[in-house]
Amino acid sequence: MDYIAIKTKLQNYTVGIAGAGGLGSNCAAALVRVGIGKLIIADFDVIEESNLNRQFYFRDQLGEKKVLALRQNLERINPDVELEMHDCKLGHEEIISIYHSCDVIVEAFDKAEMKQMIIDTVLTEFPEKSLVVGLGLAGFGQSNSIRLHQNGKMYICGDRQTETSTTWPPIAPRVGMVAHMQANTVLEILLNK
Amino acid sequence: MEITLNNRIEIIDRQTLTVKELLDYKTFTFKLLVVKINGDFVKKENYEGREVHDGDDVMVLHLISGG
Repeated sequence: MDYIAIKTKLQNYTVGIAGAGGLGSNCAAALVRVGIGKLIIADFDVIEESNLNRQFYFRDQLGEKKVLALRQNLERINPDVELEMHDCKLGHEEIISIYHSCDVIVEAFDKAEMKQMIIDTVLTEFPEKSLVVGLGLAGFGQSNSIRLHQNGKMYICGDRQTETSTTWPPIAPRVGMVAHMQANTVLEILLNK
Repeated sequence: MEITLNNRIEIIDRQTLTVKELLDYKTFTFKLLVVKINGDFVKKENYEGREVHDGDDVMVLHLISGG
């Protein structure tokens, strides 16, 4: 498949991203660069200074809603991608209503409780949909520990071990590696359809 | 019985056991888990009712924060 064929095929698909932090903002940027058809992104948060070490935002966007700032940043890369942004906190019901039309859903939350909630929701409500989870990305180094693990239609990207803490902070390179591995997995799923 | 647990062969000296018993046996005390058996998602409320059988492929995923 040549690059034109790849781009043409990707225009037909909608990808949902749950969360617009370190995983979601960087995964979205990669998918916009390759020209995915449509992205549906939801997050309730505002940009804080501590986010700038890994998230796809800029200093002059501090205090702005992440979904609004991310829309601006993504449109500056590729205005042809359709963007549907939701400024809301996601729960079981919101995930069902917001992501029901997506071909693939990317889990891009920070907190473990939220990761469990979306995995439960998607595996129960949308068992036919592919779900790409980011799990284990804290610290630095150990590049080879970051892997893709597949179980049915659930794909796990990350080392599945390093949890963020004061001594294991989330930092740009490894967060970016997992976010891009999620985007790469989305492409693999869609281009093999 | 012999099962595959997280891609590794696990031999357990029982004919059958529930998901809850398996988690206790392996001392998987983590609060946030996702369990799948042969690709099927097992909800938390079914851990005591769902049995694991010889030959099953079981995935127990520990959810950790970071993103």
